[in-house]
Amino acid sequence: MEERRINVVVNGEPKSADVEPRILLVHFLREVLGLTGTHIGCDTTNCGVCTVLVDGLPMKSCTMFAVMADGHEVTTVEGLGLPSELHPIQEGFREEHGLQCGYCTPGMMMASKALLDENPNPTEEDIRWGLSGNLCRCTGYQNIVKSVLWAAEKMRSEAGAISR
Amino acid sequence: MAQALDEIKIGGLGSSRKRVEDDRFLRGKGNYTDDFKLPGMVHMEILRSPLAHARIKSIDTSKAWQIPGVHMVLTGEMAAQHNLAWMPTLSYDTQAVLATDKVRFQGQEIACVCADDPYIAKDGCEAIVVEYEPLPPIVNPFQSQAEGAPIIRDDKEGQTDNICYRWEVGDREGTERAFAQADLVSKLELHYPRSHPSPIECCGSIADYNSATAKLTVYMTTQAPHIIRAAVAIVAELPEHMIRIISPDIGGGFGNKVPVYPGYVCSILCSILLARPVKWIEDKTGNLISTHYARDIYYKGELALRKDGKILAVRFHCDSDNGAFFSDAQPTKFKIGLIHSAFAAYDIPYGYMTAQGAYTNKAPGGVAYRCSFRVTEAMFFQERAIQAAASDLGMDQAAFRRLNLVKDDQFPFRTPYGFLLDSGQYEKCLDVGLNAIGYDDFLREKEEARAQGRRLGIGISTMTEPLGAGNSREYDILGIKMFDAAELRVHPSGKAILKIGSQTQGQGHETTFAQIVTHELGIPAADILVQHGDTDNTPFGMGTYASRSTPVAGAATAMVARKVRAKARKLAAHLLEVSEEDVEWELGRFHVRGAPSNGVSIQECAMAAYGNMPDGMEPGLENNAYYDPPNMTWPFAAYIVTVEVDPETGVWDVLRMVAVDDCGVRINPMIVEGQIMGGMTEAYAMANMQFITYDAEGNCVGSNYMDYLLPTAWETPGFELHEVVTPSPHHPIGAKGVGECAAVGGPAAFVNAVMDAIDDTGVRNIDMPLLPDRVWEAMKYRRDISGMPPVKSDS
Repeated sequence: MEERRINVVVNGEPKSADVEPRILLVHFLREVLGLTGTHIGCDTTNCGVCTVLVDGLPMKSCTMFAVMADGHEVTTVEGLGLPSELHPIQEGFREEHGLQCGYCTPGMMMASKALLDENPNPTEEDIRWGLSGNLCRCTGYQNIVKSVLWAAEKMRSEAGAISR
Repeated sequence: MAQALDEIKIGGLGSSRKRVEDDRFLRGKGNYTDDFKLPGMVHMEILRSPLAHARIKSIDTSKAWQIPGVHMVLTGEMAAQHNLAWMPTLSYDTQAVLATDKVRFQGQEIACVCADDPYIAKDGCEAIVVEYEPLPPIVNPFQSQAEGAPIIRDDKEGQTDNICYRWEVGDREGTERAFAQADLVSKLELHYPRSHPSPIECCGSIADYNSATAKLTVYMTTQAPHIIRAAVAIVAELPEHMIRIISPDIGGGFGNKVPVYPGYVCSILCSILLARPVKWIEDKTGNLISTHYARDIYYKGELALRKDGKILAVRFHCDSDNGAFFSDAQPTKFKIGLIHSAFAAYDIPYGYMTAQGAYTNKAPGGVAYRCSFRVTEAMFFQERAIQAAASDLGMDQAAFRRLNLVKDDQFPFRTPYGFLLDSGQYEKCLDVGLNAIGYDDFLREKEEARAQGRRLGIGISTMTEPLGAGNSREYDILGIKMFDAAELRVHPSGKAILKIGSQTQGQGHETTFAQIVTHELGIPAADILVQHGDTDNTPFGMGTYASRSTPVAGAATAMVARKVRAKARKLAAHLLEVSEEDVEWELGRFHVRGAPSNGVSIQECAMAAYGNMPDGMEPGLENNAYYDPPNMTWPFAAYIVTVEVDPETGVWDVLRMVAVDDCGVRINPMIVEGQIMGGMTEAYAMANMQFITYDAEGNCVGSNYMDYLLPTAWETPGFELHEVVTPSPHHPIGAKGVGECAAVGGPAAFVNAVMDAIDDTGVRNIDMPLLPDRVWEAMKYRRDISGMPPVKSDS
């Protein structure tokens, strides 16, 4: 199959590659770029563990072809926070035990980031609705909600300092 | 230093220390099986049967071989040449790896393709041409016994019907006599529907056969790496010491990742044939349609009652739908797991049960889906039958339970089916729950609401379950007893490494098992590294499922830490220049009796083990322990749910969900609560929306996430958690299992609540899941609703 050259900015870094048009964005991220933090969980676009941000908007990367990301910016969990300093969302998930097996967590956190970018002061209902595209089998969601509330409060108190 | 250590501060028992695992998971640096890349690796995909029951007339793989990038196309015929077309199951049956003569369920593995990438491998699968001759499908166990039913397992010599086992336990005559004395017999029939553990991460393996060294390494999504190694040695006829199973991070197990699946075997065979690493990662459809199902039991049972409410006896029969191959992953002796633990929480003198397993044209199994070997089925039937019995007697649900629950002074208590309960405070748990939900107030509210045409309901579920399989007298898998093991080495600096035979899939063992060592030795938990999952680097253990890790591997950990402490005491005596009898222990240090300021820390003892041993003492500070549990541990739970049912639509909403759990000593309360909430969510899922079924043609309904419904954050209710602590008298740290309790006891609480909301309709049973259309139909037509897969009317 003929390949196409795509240029994508991933976690702030420009990346170039030749890919088949049929390759999914999630496979491009995992196999070509080696960013295995984004996971695959289903084949019907239901589970959301593949959620990344494309130009800041949450997208299921299993339901997008890599060629569709040409010319766009993609943020994955590897781009959330710094190796030495966790993002408040990551801190919140740790503080409130918002993860167990960790498989849904990258997608859950990226969806949370999109949620908080749009609504920095969500209610529990806002969070449950906003994350209803991300399945979790381990936690029962209650601690995920608490994690996002924790992160939201920390981000609000840091607002105006460093933009995240 | 004479300041006593604060056990909570250093991460001992009872500390909700934050998880060690989170460091890598939060950064997207987990190492799940699909994250590994080995040099020269190829990718494997499986071709699956579209039909439920059919003879294979021909398989033409020629076009697949021609696709550039395809390295191997493996069929059943080719696998048979290596004696690998069939494999033994954990229940002493056989299971097809790749179909040879017939396909026996929709989704069954027909062939596999290895190629440079998964896309090409899938192209290869699509290019394989299979000719099928359809046969009539069997979709429920009763159909499988009907006259003229085709024999599904005609591959088995001497198999003349579709029965795979019969089992019974209990005192038949005593039970019959008790029933003859009964003032009232309460009966109930129900179907616990087929379900699937469905962790989000699917199964997969990377098989790497090194043709130079003849060593096979397999990265695998498995909850039980040592059992797998033994099974692979048997199945692939390779020497056990040349097989290494590495279980990396696992994205959820829930029992799905215990069995040996055809995909693993194919990846191993392909790796041997190609002399290259072969990666097989399942897709969700493959996972749901072919990996081992759970539940699917038809119950017919009855309780013999005295008119004052005392239960005199219980009797039930189970028909189990075992799919095409009997591959239950459970201890050998128990053909239907521990289903006879039903009613254990109640003081019932007589019990008898029978069970029969049937072959059908469905995926094989079953697994202990978050349930300790069929205990979910046991407790669901128990609490539904208890509800029906109380209702038949005209007694209050709580009062009926209170009358019959085992009392505190009756422990250890022998159940009519032969189990020995270790400890509990059942009535106290019930009271905590009733108080929390505001039981009497709710009953009043329900009555007032009913007068206005609104339907409120309250459901109680109380149960104890056997966790921690299991003692060597009774429990084995593949002939190997169900002990577990731990190895502990303390380094010169006083830091330590603990190696265990169990395997976490989200339960946080790297965090909690260190806490056990901290409790015994006073080494801070942050100074203890926990290693698991690699059969080359960990002691033999039977794995993590059926909530057995804390009861068995946790006990082994406590025991090995005590062995280490015993040696450290000798070193302390040497350092303090006193005899061992004059040495006393407090958390983290030894001191001279009567002179507490004259002491040495455990870290100083460790240094001495390497640099200042007494004459004649072997250097080092390490040991191992194998633990054969004397009994199961028996946690208790009281779950109470309130709901409102919409009479127009059958939709029901959870108002409140109260959970009271007594799992003995809690190692890490934060993690225990996480387990309970996760289990309760699966309970809600099973009661509300989650199930696998089949149409009359044997098509699987529920083989992808559009049909197999898992609740999201939006539907899932909130949880109010309460705690009672009754330590286990036989566990070294008094802990009991807990990971599965809510999944076991939870479903009945939801169902009982909905049934309570419609208790004026005379409906006795609605099979799970209580979908809106089922509840609506029950209310409208005042009839029971069965979830059994339908058969064709002309068959």
